[in-house]
Amino acid sequence: MRGLLLRALLPLIAAASLAACGSKHEETPRKAPDAPVVITAAGQIDGLRRGVPIDKEASPLPMARVENFDRIRPVNYEMQPPTIPHAIDNYQLTVNTNRCMLCHTRSAAKKFQAPPVSDAHYLTRDGKVLEQISSRRYFCVQCHVVQTDAEPLVGNRYEGLNTTLAKEEKQ
Amino acid sequence: MTTRRDFIRASAVGAAASAAGIAVPASFAEAATAAAPTEVKWSKAPCRFCGTGCGVQVAVQDNRVVATHGDADAEVNRGLNCVKGYFLSKIMYGNDRLTTPLLRKKDGQFAKDGDFEPVSWDEAFDVMAAQFKRVLKAKGGTGIGMAGSGQWTVWEGYAANKLMKAGFRSNHIDPNARHCMASAVTGFMRTFGMDEPMGCYDDFEAADAFVLWGSNMAEMHPILWTRVTDRRLSYDHVKVAVLSTFEHRSFDLADIPIIFKPQTDLAILNYIANHIIQTGRVNEDFVRKHVSFKRGNDDIGYGLRPDNPLELKAKNSKDPTGSTPIDFDAFKAFVEPYTLDYAAELSGVEKGWLKHLAELYADPKVKVMSLWTMGFNQHTRGTWANNMVYNIHLLTGKIATPGNSPFSLTGQPSACGTAREVGTFSHRLPADLVVTNPEHRKHAEEIWKLPDGLIVDKVGYHIVEQNRMLKDGKLNAYWVMANNNMQAAANLENEGYPGYRNPDNFIVVSDPYPTVTAQAADLILPTAMWVEKEGAYGNAERRTQFWHQLVKAPGEARSDLWQLMEFSKRFTTDECWPAELLAANPAYKGKTLFEVLYRNGKVDRFAPGEVEAGYANDEAAAFGFYPQKGLFEEYAEFGRGHGHDLAPFDEYHKARGLRWPVVNGKETRWRYKEGTDPYVKPGTDWQFYGNKDGRAVIWALPYEPPAESPDADYDLWLATGRVLEHWHSGSMTMRVPELYKAFPSAVVFMNPDDAKARGLKRGDEVKVISRRGEMRSRVETRGRNRVPSGLVFVPWFDAAQLINKTTLDATCPISKQTDFKKCAVKVVMA
Repeated sequence: MRGLLLRALLPLIAAASLAACGSKHEETPRKAPDAPVVITAAGQIDGLRRGVPIDKEASPLPMARVENFDRIRPVNYEMQPPTIPHAIDNYQLTVNTNRCMLCHTRSAAKKFQAPPVSDAHYLTRDGKVLEQISSRRYFCVQCHVVQTDAEPLVGNRYEGLNTTLAKEEKQ
Repeated sequence: MTTRRDFIRASAVGAAASAAGIAVPASFAEAATAAAPTEVKWSKAPCRFCGTGCGVQVAVQDNRVVATHGDADAEVNRGLNCVKGYFLSKIMYGNDRLTTPLLRKKDGQFAKDGDFEPVSWDEAFDVMAAQFKRVLKAKGGTGIGMAGSGQWTVWEGYAANKLMKAGFRSNHIDPNARHCMASAVTGFMRTFGMDEPMGCYDDFEAADAFVLWGSNMAEMHPILWTRVTDRRLSYDHVKVAVLSTFEHRSFDLADIPIIFKPQTDLAILNYIANHIIQTGRVNEDFVRKHVSFKRGNDDIGYGLRPDNPLELKAKNSKDPTGSTPIDFDAFKAFVEPYTLDYAAELSGVEKGWLKHLAELYADPKVKVMSLWTMGFNQHTRGTWANNMVYNIHLLTGKIATPGNSPFSLTGQPSACGTAREVGTFSHRLPADLVVTNPEHRKHAEEIWKLPDGLIVDKVGYHIVEQNRMLKDGKLNAYWVMANNNMQAAANLENEGYPGYRNPDNFIVVSDPYPTVTAQAADLILPTAMWVEKEGAYGNAERRTQFWHQLVKAPGEARSDLWQLMEFSKRFTTDECWPAELLAANPAYKGKTLFEVLYRNGKVDRFAPGEVEAGYANDEAAAFGFYPQKGLFEEYAEFGRGHGHDLAPFDEYHKARGLRWPVVNGKETRWRYKEGTDPYVKPGTDWQFYGNKDGRAVIWALPYEPPAESPDADYDLWLATGRVLEHWHSGSMTMRVPELYKAFPSAVVFMNPDDAKARGLKRGDEVKVISRRGEMRSRVETRGRNRVPSGLVFVPWFDAAQLINKTTLDATCPISKQTDFKKCAVKVVMA
């Protein structure tokens, strides 16, 4: 029961915290937007090769693990599909079976303490409302992806509406 | 009253709530609608990634993109995006955006072996112009080359084509699109005499069967896949066949799953043609009226360097395009050996599946859509594969009507719109014209208001050949724009990198980010991207889509268009054109290339004030005229009245794209069919007017083996490709944290038995080794791809794992497109 309550409240808590203190997103360093590119000490630039020259071979990074925390991550804005906060290994997603919808349909979500898919998923291409999820949305992983524990190679200075609000609130 | 802060707070709650599927109180929703227009400006744009051409709505606030949505009014995607599209808002904001030109220098001077230092645009262009002039003086235009892009906007490709083919008199301009759909182009030209699909995406909602020939649409064209899925799951009779050399996500929807041995798709195609004939299901009336037959030259080699033993051995390596006319009976006899038994034996596919597949085409009641991308096009017989799939649609007359649609998908947002339609290939001019045809050259010179005889009559170096010519020192001044060819091209260590570092050569790379290609350059130019400039793309269904500049590019970054036009100011006609030509046309003497190419009374005829109110246009501000509009209108002259009609410029800023030919304000959905194509003469029913006789060609072509197959030393097939989360070389998507974290590194997808036999387990570090080079990666025996024993699949998005060190630069000898799907490697513990 506690889990259920927490899951229901989480998005609102997340939203509130976003509004109050800005995005919790880890990849939003605050640098000047026009900061010049970093030239390495060797006078070279790095095309995401971790400093290894083109004619040398980099040792591959360790295989990243899928984050399996079940904690809903905040989205940047409305209609951005939330990332999947759990592993989906061996999930069957075929014509006959959709493992994701076992928990994420409106009818089952409560029982499995999973967020139900949004209303938009029940609309046809022509905007007709359906009882069941639209078949154009059938393959969930086209929009929703897992997240591994890999540390991004470079940061990203994107700031959404939420962050902008947070800046203003601070002022 | 709702304050701005209330609105934003409401939006934030709404965003999180809707993501979690929680109903939002109506007052919140109203607040959002009421306050939105004053706070955030929404504008339309096509997606920056693949050739699907989804529409997005882009929200801008304080000169920053803050959100993107799927555009509900866009016909292509009706509000949906794939995961890449949903994260478009972040592609411009990677921390390492290039914001100033960078030049290799030593002691304050350019030096090939120098270190990168930030320089001004003036210094960058001074050094670049001096280098280009050095080469011009020594060799003329033939020493200058350019690698362009299917990501160029229409006018950028057009401006580049003019600068190279008319300005520098060099046809050595070729787009990276050579790697992705050149075989589709030559397939279209050989069968229909005219490029690009006859059908359109409306076919998805009309077809009874879908056949994927070497395409993993579920990952590479996800939004089109939603339309296939929608159709398949909504109608019980609809069938989906998926063909590939390994099992991937598209197989999740397959009724007919087919894993075939590499290269044997050719045999399967001929078997289907044979099956149609043997079972008496040829549409004889259609074939009699609308089809002709040809036998193509066989044994045509593999597009390797001419001194390669494989080329010396091939009977027709010097004449791969040759053909002889035949008749139906000769074609029938030609495909007769391709029996079910033979096709099954060659391909390794169970007979039952092959027969099911053949019946989809043979059954006159089934409307069938064939779809393909790199499985067909990146193929040493890619042109043939394209021709052969048209064969089976033409034998049955299943073409150019709703749902009957052989459909070549494209991988880049403007592979069709720019690379193909604008004709930025080394043999092409706009609107299907070619440099080898004197009338075509003359027509181009007239439209461009340039002297007769200016355009060179020889086909230039294609992009694979450009790397070879850089290495050989034939090409010495080279501009790489909107592509990452060092990472993308095959046989990197032998044919890619050496040419860039050849001391005789000066290499310029224009890009928004430091890429592998930029690393190998001498001069790097920081480039504006996507909605930082006004643009136009053309998608796979002939739909031309425009967008406005919505934000300013960071720092000193400038658009490709600005770079091309500004650089042209540094050259005079006397430096670039022969003295005789100028003596015969004295009016052009002493003019800059900028004046004759872009200040020609056409490109410069629209004032900056014509830019739609409320939108910036940095190029119009810089040049004092509206170059995008002028270039587009001049370009459109090539196609209007010739079956490539484009609408007036301003129409595209209003519409969610229009499919050409646009005649009397109306777009065309099905070409070559009376009633839907205004170019078809009344009473003809079908007319394939790209060919003079109005007939499409059925080609008799055999199965032939690949350039390289596994053997005792290199015992595995290597196929390369993509994953959903990353687009091509990853230079944009690897900088979006969510996309990076979803699939951070390339892996070697391997069959568990193959791994076990080599003493490997999931996660082990391995070397993938070919006769050409090696790379290091990790073994993946699970996940989204299930490969058969004897084959490994490695995606190429990861700059730190350059799989193209191992691939073979063999091409289709007709299209010159590389086969990235077949070469021999071994995998060993690192």
